[in-house]
Amino acid sequence: MEKFTRLTAIAAALPIANVDTDKIIPSRFLKTIKRTGLGVHLFDPLRYRADGTENPDFVLNREPWRKAGILVADDNFGCGSSREHAPWSLMDFGIRCVIAPSFGDIFYNNSLKNGLLPIRLPRETCERLMADAAMGGNAKFTVDLERQAIICPNGEEIRFEFDPFRKRLLLEGLDDIGQTMAFSPAIDRFEERRLREWSWLPATTVA
Amino acid sequence: MTRAGKQQMPSPTPRTLFDKIWESHVVERLPDGTCLLYIDRHLVHEVTSPQAFEGLTLARRRVRRPDATIAVADHNIPTSDRRNGIAEAESRLQVETLEKNVVAFGVPYIPVLDDRQGIVHIIGPELGISLPGTTIVCGDSHTSTHGAVGALAFGIGTSEVEHVLATQTLLQRPAANMRIEVNGRLPPGCTAKDIILAIIGRIGTAGGTGHVIEYAGDTIRALDMAGRMTVCNMSIEAGARAGLIAPDETTFVYVAGRPYAPKGEALEHAIAYWRTLPSDPGATFERTVTIDAGKLAPMVSWGTNPEAVVPVTGVVPDPSAEPDPVRRATFERMLEYMDLKPGTKITDIPVDVVFIGSCTNSRIEDLREAARITRGRKVAAGVRALVVPGSGLIKKQAEAEGLDRVFKDAGFEWREAGCSMCLGMNPDKVPPGKRSASTSNRNFEGRQGPGARTHLLSPAMAAAAAIAGHFADVREFS
Repeated sequence: MEKFTRLTAIAAALPIANVDTDKIIPSRFLKTIKRTGLGVHLFDPLRYRADGTENPDFVLNREPWRKAGILVADDNFGCGSSREHAPWSLMDFGIRCVIAPSFGDIFYNNSLKNGLLPIRLPRETCERLMADAAMGGNAKFTVDLERQAIICPNGEEIRFEFDPFRKRLLLEGLDDIGQTMAFSPAIDRFEERRLREWSWLPATTVA
Repeated sequence: MTRAGKQQMPSPTPRTLFDKIWESHVVERLPDGTCLLYIDRHLVHEVTSPQAFEGLTLARRRVRRPDATIAVADHNIPTSDRRNGIAEAESRLQVETLEKNVVAFGVPYIPVLDDRQGIVHIIGPELGISLPGTTIVCGDSHTSTHGAVGALAFGIGTSEVEHVLATQTLLQRPAANMRIEVNGRLPPGCTAKDIILAIIGRIGTAGGTGHVIEYAGDTIRALDMAGRMTVCNMSIEAGARAGLIAPDETTFVYVAGRPYAPKGEALEHAIAYWRTLPSDPGATFERTVTIDAGKLAPMVSWGTNPEAVVPVTGVVPDPSAEPDPVRRATFERMLEYMDLKPGTKITDIPVDVVFIGSCTNSRIEDLREAARITRGRKVAAGVRALVVPGSGLIKKQAEAEGLDRVFKDAGFEWREAGCSMCLGMNPDKVPPGKRSASTSNRNFEGRQGPGARTHLLSPAMAAAAAIAGHFADVREFS
């Protein structure tokens, strides 16, 4: 997994509630067997018109937000399906951090597994960040995960809560499987006990 | 949200169904409350697994428990005759990739041409793979469906699919408990679908975020397993991690005799254990919601998320009545996308496409309901109507009961099993600007195809819309 330590970037505001994963990346783009190359399809229904040309009103089609590294969103961002293509497409576009009042649970989890930092902040704070983001190219934000702080363009600092376990994995770029493999003896013991106590549970290979 | 403190207390503490399943699967509890959770059943499909198998290959890892894993292709596959393979190149590649991976990693697989093939969330319970008290995951958010048997079942992303394949566990924080109690006699014309649409309309698309919902109450108890699956299926549409229902006699009768279920003495042991699972009296739920089933009516969604629902007797609501400016803007955008005007009677809205299928409503019980309304009637001129059974076995059963004839005589298309028009990854799509009455679970913009306008409803209501050519009150049909 890509590390997340400190990011300085401009931010794009997406003031729409309940942005579902079908809006982040529609199902017709899920027919890939790769994780990369999805950035071009990010927010397809919002970003492109029916004839395939860019919608000039959409924030990521306007300068300077074509190079946005941070997205400030509204409530329940990433609700809907479990497709990890949603964080993959954001990362592939160049977005490494999404700030919102709340997230869909699965999207939130998927982001953590990919080095995409999801930050929960109260809606009023998000609205203030959106106003700052609208200032454009000179309005750079710095997200510092170690200190759990966002430094706004005017130097103001906003602190955020973050799970300490997840923070360590992100800072060090560690993936979950490597972590879990360290528990292999415990999994072995658990499994042995279960096979004994739950002997009624058949294998999926037997029918 | 963490319940780690509570779990360390002595066992007499009353526990919920969720607490019991969770605690019996904790392999290791980390200092911050994150748990390594053991997974009993891993269901795999073609869309969210290729990158996971690729990850295993790159890291030279094996599948830890192929005998707790089962794979099937459902999202991409055409629902027309499949004997000549899949015409669309990318879909074919995904299915072929799955077929290569199951061989390379020794994972049990149900082939596309097998009668048991179908939507992963339909066939899990149907084949007895999904069992009470177990943990079930799948790289698909509608895994919550399996909660109907009294399992803890939830959707995961591809990284987690890889994690389960490699370790048979997941790193998870415990969820909070939420109880939704539905009581009262369900009025005529109302079904499990109307219950869950009404619940989402009430608590909202983020109403269950961070929670596992236990559905309880006499209305839920009275539902058959198909209805319970419909309710649990849409838990994710309320934002919940999972939805589940305590196992009872209805569950045990359903499970017994299914091919992958325990048999004989093993089944007796299992049932004895399953009887200990229901939530203890006095168990704590962080949140409780009660619904009076007696006041429900058949529901139809009007907007682009599943909380935007009204009774069929209602009208398209007016955004100017919404005080919050962000919500009002969302509301206006929904009406614009759906091409609807406030105040329009729901029954005055014409439909172009009717889709009966999906992991929400494609079981034999759903098809019987739709056929009951359809029998002896005709699909309205200009309406394209499809029935897509949830599995090959359901299709055969329906044909044995003559339901296929009822649908075909009325002008419905009768298709092979798969996810189909619920998400339009296969050729079954709603054309741009067309309006669909769909028994599926999501009415998001573009869900059934770019520009498609989706209205969610029950199978009987979908059949009524197909016949009338517009939304219609199913209570006027029998």
